[in-house]
Amino acid sequence: MPEPRRDQAGAKLGMWLFLYSEMVLFGGLFLLYAAYLHRYQPEFHRAAQGLDALLGGINTVVLITSSLFMALSLTALQTGQPGRCLGMLALTVLLGASFLVNKALEWGEKFQHGIYPGSPGVLALPPGEGTFYSLYFALTGLHGLHVLVGVVLLGVVMLMLWRGRLRQDHPALLENAGLYWHLVDLIWLFLFPLFYLIT
Amino acid sequence: MNPAGHPDAADDRGFLAPPGGRRGLGSWVFSTDHKRIGLLYLGCILALFLAGALLGLAMRLKLMTPGNELLAAQTYNAVFTLHGVIMIFLVLIPSIPASFGNFLLPLHIGANDVAFPRLNLLSWWLYLAGALVAFVSIFSGSGAPDTGWTFYVPFSQRTTTNVSVAVLAVFILGFSSILTGLNFVTTIHQLRAPGLTWRRLSLFVWSLYATAWIQVLATPILGITALLIFSERVLNLGLFDASRGGDPLLYQHLFWIYSHPAVYIMILPAMGVVSDIIPVFARKRIFGYKMIAFSSLAIASVGSLVWAHHMFTSGMSDLAVLVFSFLTFIVAVPSAIKVFNWLSTLYKGSISLEPPLLYTLGFIWMFSVGGLSGLAQGAAGANIHVHDTYFVVAHFHYVIFGGTGLGLFAALHFWLPKMFGRMYNRRRALAAFWVILAGMNLLYFPMFILGLMGMPRRYYDYLPQFATGQFMSTVGSWILALGLLLMFHNLYAGLRRGPLAGPNPWGAATLEWTLPSPPPRENFAQEPVVHKGPYDFPRQGGHA
Repeated sequence: MPEPRRDQAGAKLGMWLFLYSEMVLFGGLFLLYAAYLHRYQPEFHRAAQGLDALLGGINTVVLITSSLFMALSLTALQTGQPGRCLGMLALTVLLGASFLVNKALEWGEKFQHGIYPGSPGVLALPPGEGTFYSLYFALTGLHGLHVLVGVVLLGVVMLMLWRGRLRQDHPALLENAGLYWHLVDLIWLFLFPLFYLIT
Repeated sequence: MNPAGHPDAADDRGFLAPPGGRRGLGSWVFSTDHKRIGLLYLGCILALFLAGALLGLAMRLKLMTPGNELLAAQTYNAVFTLHGVIMIFLVLIPSIPASFGNFLLPLHIGANDVAFPRLNLLSWWLYLAGALVAFVSIFSGSGAPDTGWTFYVPFSQRTTTNVSVAVLAVFILGFSSILTGLNFVTTIHQLRAPGLTWRRLSLFVWSLYATAWIQVLATPILGITALLIFSERVLNLGLFDASRGGDPLLYQHLFWIYSHPAVYIMILPAMGVVSDIIPVFARKRIFGYKMIAFSSLAIASVGSLVWAHHMFTSGMSDLAVLVFSFLTFIVAVPSAIKVFNWLSTLYKGSISLEPPLLYTLGFIWMFSVGGLSGLAQGAAGANIHVHDTYFVVAHFHYVIFGGTGLGLFAALHFWLPKMFGRMYNRRRALAAFWVILAGMNLLYFPMFILGLMGMPRRYYDYLPQFATGQFMSTVGSWILALGLLLMFHNLYAGLRRGPLAGPNPWGAATLEWTLPSPPPRENFAQEPVVHKGPYDFPRQGGHA
């Protein structure tokens, strides 16, 4: 058997195509957001006051910082420091997890106030404000799911690195995991102003 | 074709021989060989096609006479929904790209497999999982889905039938389709053999390339739409619920943003098949190679901007109607470019009317009728009259069954000898074609007239003035079924017991015909170097 073919450029091209498809997946929801924002501007502004911009802001900082560590881990691998790479990845995972914890606290607080999808609290809101919260749960929920997948993916990458199956001369797996992580980060950079800052 | 030194008779069977002596299902369903995956898809697609066709026959039988109660009303609703869901998501979307595309793409570009073989296997598993979930949705919960394949809100939100499970199936199938598209684009970019420049790609590969981009860029919208229907039903989001400030119209937009480009996922690969078959049987280089390749990309891009022509009666500004109507007419141009180029290729060609060419000519006829009737509906005024009538049903069956269906049958007649190394009976293949063509036209042409007379689609019963057309249409469905039986029987008998086909029964010039039939497991023993185009046939009489 010949050595398995390693096409690093091909692997990255495939990942970019997958990222395009992810953008379109979120794009559908962003389209709904745009249409409803256009229709319910005052309602969206009122409803957005119910979200805690400070919590959202902290999460933004957390995710951006995690992206920095992600980038540093790649540099570490490329300069032949797998131990440092592993450490940077651990920090990325840690920050990703804290984003999720923070998000869970935020959602939990909303649930306590009777705001969750289809709840009587949401049904009692004026039409546009209810729509705002439905979009909020749909978009941040889908995004949170992606962060979760990203954390698991990075965990797998760390395991491969630990076992020496990810090396300096073929870093595509790490690069692809990084690309995915940055996309998830980027999507949050749109979600944050659209939900927290339009008050 | 058994080379000396390989006395094992199994060598003749190429990739069909049990790998490493391992037989049985496992050597197929866990194989990452693109040829085996292609055949797995082909088998599933044809089986599901027969299931969908049986549902269609049942529907036609129920509609044969007015007042007929062969199927209960609720059953009838479930039957047309399942017919649509099976035919669209399980048969037509994967049809040619997943079966023939998988089998042929690496062979056409001189590669030994696709870029991501394991991902390719995952795509097939997801396809199978999607099919299973779809079947679960029929037989579990409180009844089979009855929304039609479009899952329009508010009905899909409120109906008590098993819609939630069905849209999950659609989501899974969409994921499978995205992965196939991603795999194909990467394969075409990365794995072309030395000398195989973009201008030497076969037009089938060009059409797969355009299709793959639509699969990657449009299917996620279907994914999110299916997830939204699921969330509407399970989480009660209310995003499309008018009583809570939502807008059902936005659902229609999201749905058609995918589902219109999806019809090009269905038709483009068939056009690629046609573009590859015609030059072989006209013994002539394809006319307008660059324009055909370009028109595939043009259809893919412009076709993504016409979705709202499904919604002219749903409520839109007049300006939007005009823009979408205009774009619909624009997208007909690249399709027409293809048709004219095919005809120009035949012109003064040395035509041999073998079965693949005959089915291809059937494609051109059916697609032209279907395409032109599509323009009649794309016109903003006429659309109001024929919207949601049998005219629409006739139109898309002409395009999709007459087009993609006959394209698939042409591909079967062209490439099955390559896949299995054996040839079917030529005379029976030609006879089956005429029965199929007659059946198709008798089945669907009356629907144009019924539609113009005002017969709405999906209705359980109808007024007496539609009785003649409905009756003719049902008779047509029997003739078509007979033709399909003849064709499939002939193909099956051929691949089991037919005479050996040899490596290149048609004298075609693309790379797969340089290999033995069936191709060996590793495709090319040495990476081929390409010096000529896909339609440069050797001259008769010796000197090149």
